[in-house]
Amino acid sequence: MKMTESNLAPGSAVYRLVIGAGDHWAHEIRRGQFLRIVDLEGNQAADTLFCDAHDPADRYSAADTIRHQAALYLTTGTRLMSTGGSPLLTIVADTCGRHDTLGGACSRESNTMRYSAGKESMHACRESFLCAAHEWRPELGKRDIACNINFFMNVPVTPDGRLTFEDGVSGPGRYVEMRAERDVVCLLSNCPQLNNPCNAYNPTPIEVLIWDPV
Amino acid sequence: MWSAVVSRGKTLRLTDVGGGANVGLLLYNADLPVERYNMPDTLKGQHTFHLRHPLCLHSDMGRILASITADSAGWHDTVCGCSDARLVEGKFGVRTYQEARNEFYRNGLECFLIELAKWGLGRRDLVPNVNLFSKVVADEAGRLTFVPGHSQAGGIVDLRFEMNSLVVLNTCQHPLDPGPYRAAPVLLEVFKTPPPPHDDPCRVSCSENSRAFLNTEAYWALRAD
Repeated sequence: MKMTESNLAPGSAVYRLVIGAGDHWAHEIRRGQFLRIVDLEGNQAADTLFCDAHDPADRYSAADTIRHQAALYLTTGTRLMSTGGSPLLTIVADTCGRHDTLGGACSRESNTMRYSAGKESMHACRESFLCAAHEWRPELGKRDIACNINFFMNVPVTPDGRLTFEDGVSGPGRYVEMRAERDVVCLLSNCPQLNNPCNAYNPTPIEVLIWDPV
Repeated sequence: MWSAVVSRGKTLRLTDVGGGANVGLLLYNADLPVERYNMPDTLKGQHTFHLRHPLCLHSDMGRILASITADSAGWHDTVCGCSDARLVEGKFGVRTYQEARNEFYRNGLECFLIELAKWGLGRRDLVPNVNLFSKVVADEAGRLTFVPGHSQAGGIVDLRFEMNSLVVLNTCQHPLDPGPYRAAPVLLEVFKTPPPPHDDPCRVSCSENSRAFLNTEAYWALRAD
């Protein structure tokens, strides 16, 4: 796996925030700015959506991102494509090596399908995404929550077509950094899932940092 | 391109008439289309990267929209999405209606948006689609390869609907298909089918599907059907 470090120093960031597990974040990232997400303690899934800040219906598309690079995993060089077919952001540094965009987000409803009816009451990413979307634009709703990125999550696909959730390839302090190709909004759910190894059964905080264009 | 509401208890049979077809497919709960086919829940619920009999197409609400009750292809792509105008122009150039009449070049994204618009839906309702009859494999590094000639002439796939579903589809070719431009014909037929029994192969294919069938039946128990 390819690892690429960034030259940007945390001390020169214009924005820093630690997001606890189970919390959400909605924030605008202007064209040319850099967004870094840090897996502070390791093996945490950061469920992330992007959309055009001026046209929320032009949003991150897992299928268009996969199709454009003819590859499943996201890493340095991956352009995060929109449904309209143009890049929202480009990954410019990555010390984790690969990120998932097949696994989607957990929801109370999907937890009843995946685990048991008794898991219905557990906090899930869809709730955080809806809160983040409402925080940015109250008129947004479930229609606007499409298939997301899972930074730091490891969902390998085998050549015979099986898909598994495995312990993360990430570790404490690993990060992914991307440059906004236009004004975008990031909706983030720091995943609260306790029922599978995507967070090593122990959801932990992440940090987001933003730098102005260099 | 085609769209229609197909009710619970009916089966849509798609036949690849001449071989090498691709059908880009999206499904919505026809009664409340904010519930829709969900690629991640479909894949992680069934621990698979591709669809085949006896697997199912899951909605994003923990329910089954449709079950694959028969399937001669054995592998249907779920992750590559559809072509758009830029892809078609880059691969094949431009062929306008003015010069080619109804042989002009179409693309998957435009076809989806045209059909969605007929039901009051649009860009906010676009999600990764299924590509029936198409096979794409991944290597250890995640690089994808389209497998040519996967679907044979006369091949079928049967979708038995467990929810009243808005079916939106088109026959634009798979976006990673390296072959020349084509839109291979597909025959659509709808049959009445009985409710899935307790030992239905799709219901019992994994415990996640069994629970999703229970969720789907709980949904219907609350409605006058």
